[in-house]
Amino acid sequence: MLDLDVIWRNFPFLMLQGFLGIGNFVGGTLRLAIPSIVLGFILGIFIGIARLAPQWWIRTPAVLYVEFFRGVPLVMVIFWMWFIIPIVLHTAIPEFGVALAAFVIFEAAYLGEIVRAGIQSVPRGQVEAGTALGLSGAQGMRFVILPQALKNMIPSLVTQFIVLFKDTSLASIIGFMDLTKAAQVVNNREIRPFPIYLFIAVVYWVCTYSMSRYARYLEKRIGPA
Amino acid sequence: MRYQFNWSVLWTGESGLWLLSGLITTLELSVVAWLVAVVLGVVSGALRTVRFWPLRAAASFYVEFFRNVPLLVWMFFWYFAIPPLLPQVVQDWLFAHGLEFWAAVCALGVYSGARFSEVLRSGIQAIPRNQLEASVASGLTTFQAYRFVILPVALRLIIPPGTNESLNLLKNSSVALTISVAELTFQTRQIETYTAKAIEALTAGTVIYLVLCVSIAIVMSWVERRTAIPGLIVGGRQRR
Repeated sequence: MLDLDVIWRNFPFLMLQGFLGIGNFVGGTLRLAIPSIVLGFILGIFIGIARLAPQWWIRTPAVLYVEFFRGVPLVMVIFWMWFIIPIVLHTAIPEFGVALAAFVIFEAAYLGEIVRAGIQSVPRGQVEAGTALGLSGAQGMRFVILPQALKNMIPSLVTQFIVLFKDTSLASIIGFMDLTKAAQVVNNREIRPFPIYLFIAVVYWVCTYSMSRYARYLEKRIGPA
Repeated sequence: MRYQFNWSVLWTGESGLWLLSGLITTLELSVVAWLVAVVLGVVSGALRTVRFWPLRAAASFYVEFFRNVPLLVWMFFWYFAIPPLLPQVVQDWLFAHGLEFWAAVCALGVYSGARFSEVLRSGIQAIPRNQLEASVASGLTTFQAYRFVILPVALRLIIPPGTNESLNLLKNSSVALTISVAELTFQTRQIETYTAKAIEALTAGTVIYLVLCVSIAIVMSWVERRTAIPGLIVGGRQRR
């Protein structure tokens, strides 16, 4: 039942191609997860700030954006990108671009909520102190609020990265060669589902579990937000 | 070439029927998996708070292992890796009764159960420890104390995060399309394949998911108000 030889034979393909994205195919779980979280966070900062804007015409679109993407399955968003990008751009783009767009747009909704909670965790006195020093609203946000908010957000960001890291497996649905897709390819050739899928489960688990321990450690060190 | 909208594809031909059957399958899958998840979540969540460490360790292993691996991997695991290990009789029954549906129920139920477990544990830990001590002092066994004192309070406390997780379960059921369960997303793709009208088909599927999620959230916020425990900050409005 547990045939470790099949893992050993396919180890380079699974780990280099599937996990890291080094090989003949465009792929890689990490190569998708890292740019997704970075770009998603940048978009999330704008959404989080917009959700707290005093002007309703800035706030409402941000609220709708967040509520929309939190009410729709990620699989659906991936298919949206898969079909809509060629229609809008009049040309097909590689799976990597489609998956990246889907993850950035989807995760930004969740990251926006984290940013909002982070900003709200900064005492109001800090805003007033910034104003008293003669900073404009944007300057106060940029130099006073965000740096402190960012520190409070770090544990939640790590947690969200874990979620994103697991979600990248869904990019295999549109053919992106990540770890899950690589396992499918190997299984189609070897027909040894039990050891192959158990192996990638363990690979995912080692990554996510160590990150969740790290998040817990950060939470203790930084203290509750 | 500009995209030509043709919304009528949604009500001509069999599209409507497909969407309806997809919606029904999504609901069936979600409800059955939800029941599995609640049982597993309540049992393992409660076990993670007991004194006896082997039970705690077993429950922790279940939660940490199943929660930290992508659902898609579990789908493949339950669909491809588990059936060959089962006795021939069970295999025959499964092949005759929709193997993919039951694999999806197991994958979604066991995965979500691990997530529910965390929610329940935080609910139990929010209850002061002296509640348990008081129930044991009044002559209840530990099991009875959990059954009659701790769990009823914890289950009321966790309605908001529990709703959130239940909605996650509903949305995650879309992953079952990878093992060809004909649920809502699968049927949306089917309409797209037959009519080549991607935007119309995806809009229909997306709207159905949104309506489902919003209506469940509205019903649950009503339930939350009805079952709020008076006197607690999290309990919200006081009731007579």
